[in-house]
Amino acid sequence: MTKEQLTGAELVIRGLEYLNVSTVFGVPGGAILPAYDPLYDSPIRHILARHEQGAGHMAEGYAQATGELGVVIATSGPGATNLITPLANALMDSTPLLAITGQVASTAIGNDAFQEAYTVGLSMAATKHNYLITDASEIPQVLKEAKFIATTGRPGPVLVDIPKDILNQVAAWVEPGDLDLPGYKPTTEPNPKMVQQASSLIKKSKKPILYVGGGIIHSKANNELFVLATKFNIPVVTTLMGRGAFPDGHELCLEMPGMHGNYTATTSIQNADLLIAIGVRFDDRVTANPSFFAQNAKVIHADIDPAEIGKVRDAQVPIVGDAKSVIKGLIEALGDEKLETENWVSELKEMKTEFPLSYKQEDKGPLKVPYVLEELQKLTKEEAIVVAGVGQHQMWVSQHWNFTEPNTWLNSGGLGTMGYALPAAIGAKTAYPDKLVLALDGDGCFQMTCQELITASTENIPIKIVVFNNGNHGMVRQWQKIFYNSKFSASELTHDTPDYLKLAESMGAVGLRMMEKSDIEKVFNKMLEINDRPVLVDCVVDPDDMVFPMVPAGGSNDQIIMNEEDLKNL
Amino acid sequence: MSERILSVLVEDKPGVLARVSSTISRRGFNINSLSVGPTNIEGRSKMTIVTELDAVEQVKKQLNKLVNVIKIVELDPNMTIETEVLLLKVSINKESQTSVIEKASLSNATSVDVGQDFAIFELTGSSKELDKFEALMKPFGIIEMVRGGRIALQSNL
Ligand SMILES: Cc1ncc(C[n+]2csc(CCOP(=O)(O)OP(=O)(O)O)c2C)c(N)n1
Ligand SMILES: [Mg+2]
Repeated sequence: MTKEQLTGAELVIRGLEYLNVSTVFGVPGGAILPAYDPLYDSPIRHILARHEQGAGHMAEGYAQATGELGVVIATSGPGATNLITPLANALMDSTPLLAITGQVASTAIGNDAFQEAYTVGLSMAATKHNYLITDASEIPQVLKEAKFIATTGRPGPVLVDIPKDILNQVAAWVEPGDLDLPGYKPTTEPNPKMVQQASSLIKKSKKPILYVGGGIIHSKANNELFVLATKFNIPVVTTLMGRGAFPDGHELCLEMPGMHGNYTATTSIQNADLLIAIGVRFDDRVTANPSFFAQNAKVIHADIDPAEIGKVRDAQVPIVGDAKSVIKGLIEALGDEKLETENWVSELKEMKTEFPLSYKQEDKGPLKVPYVLEELQKLTKEEAIVVAGVGQHQMWVSQHWNFTEPNTWLNSGGLGTMGYALPAAIGAKTAYPDKLVLALDGDGCFQMTCQELITASTENIPIKIVVFNNGNHGMVRQWQKIFYNSKFSASELTHDTPDYLKLAESMGAVGLRMMEKSDIEKVFNKMLEINDRPVLVDCVVDPDDMVFPMVPAGGSNDQIIMNEEDLKNL
Repeated sequence: MSERILSVLVEDKPGVLARVSSTISRRGFNINSLSVGPTNIEGRSKMTIVTELDAVEQVKKQLNKLVNVIKIVELDPNMTIETEVLLLKVSINKESQTSVIEKASLSNATSVDVGQDFAIFELTGSSKELDKFEALMKPFGIIEMVRGGRIALQSNL
């Protein structure tokens, strides 16, 4: 029997179907046009973004909400360069992404052809791996490889660049075979000796802290983590990327440490005698100046990426492995051990009561983001997927929202990409049409990718967006207040331009506005009721509010600024 | 800072040299010498990278993350056979000719081409020997020269 002959473009679409891809996000253009032809006839859903950066963040949101591969398609040149930001973002936050880009014809590469960019070179430092296809017959196998690399080990973005003539070249569909990747063999099973060593350190510890992050969520290890923490009575801090890996509200949950972490989480690490660090990378937003970080603690550091271990902080026990396997191993090795952590746990409990997160909402005063957030959470009955931008509002959401499930908190942690929230929320809602998806965004961030509201309306993706409108790049303003003598250079945005209600309406969404306390319930209930269109709430908030606690960059986590008063002693 | 020699086994795929060198240069480290060539195994190349790295452990881990990098061995300079090749074109005239040829042959350099007013020598040896030869030839006027990059093998492996 002769093998079925397909064009390169058909091989791409067939390959995606073969890999069980059901949704792709993208923007067409000259070089990728051949692939859009068979895509039209495929059961794969294509979401037409209004900008490739938006398409990329949509694919990220999809991937982060599901834990599965997100796929984005773009054309050559500007299409590909517009993808660089989401690729870099996905690399930082270890999000499994597959980007397929069109390229000028292979005969024209290097000639400065129309819409030519050196995509493989440009994206090399923004991807886990990338490919340039030189023959259509490679396509099925490369797509399989790309998905494998993107989704295994430490997940990340992989880009496949395909010249237009290769998309038109005819080749046989051959089912992809075994993968031959001699240089790519992620270690998932931890070395039992290391696990034993870790468990003996844990047994001796009186003040252990489980310092956990995004790795728990990638490895779907939250249930195992829950057993480890609760069975052996070990308090847990969850980093910005790890929020939801252990339920907020549990008495062992200390929530987020670091620059804008709460006092107890940050201090618990400083006072700990042992850090059980799993799926974290000792990011500078957590450690501040690493030489003052957890000075009294021994460190067990488990990560699937060996390059993370010892990068910032030496570990007494390094463990390379998948978080789930590591935690299972630890639970087994600890057996029925009773740790003497009671005093430690109650000490931290008291600390939480003594140093709570605080804010003051006056009855007639301007709205404060933390208050609005707490009211919003009271009004949402169901578990929502919450997506944030970057800035003050992001920190407040992480601080004040109660996360109890993994994959319900999406944000741009490592790269800090403004403009992430709205498209990422679209991606998440595409994956889970029946879930409530809330983009809790800043006005500055929103304005970076707000055209994707059109995507949400036209593609029928009824997300809900709350724009915390402080008329400012609030986080920039906060730093200028503290470190630049209140010289507000280029941080002001204005409250009333754009008019968010008109903007929403013109883009096919419903616009609502809240200005004061008495608006909150009415407006949010209305927002929650509307499910046939996207809703945008213009939430006008205090431009002068600041996020606390705060540890200035490069400072010591022993010196936490708790409020504006403390600033005077700086 | 002392020199470190990394022997990196890679898949012979397009772009692998760029990936490896940018992983190193991204951290602001200089590469003193780099050579690439095929190995006895088909589809595998070996790179010999000589660098002065503080953070060589971290760079090794980072290089290992590259999908096309198969294995990295840091060579112990005390147990390493190392060599480099040099081609050097020097000007000659009637007066200098004998002296140039004599010095070259004392240095174990082979003459590979001789013209009216130039000679090209080839020399294989340690980097120091190559440096020495270059210094010897300098007074006669070096027209052009190229060094092949250092290659190394651990003797007890
Ligand atoms: C793409 C991008 N450009 C610039 C920055 C620097 N930056 C960080 S936070 C911030 C202000 C964010 O403003 P807004 O979205 O209004 O949030 P707010 O802090 O006011 O809550 C800026 C400009 C960034 N993180 N990302
Ligand atoms: Mg703002």
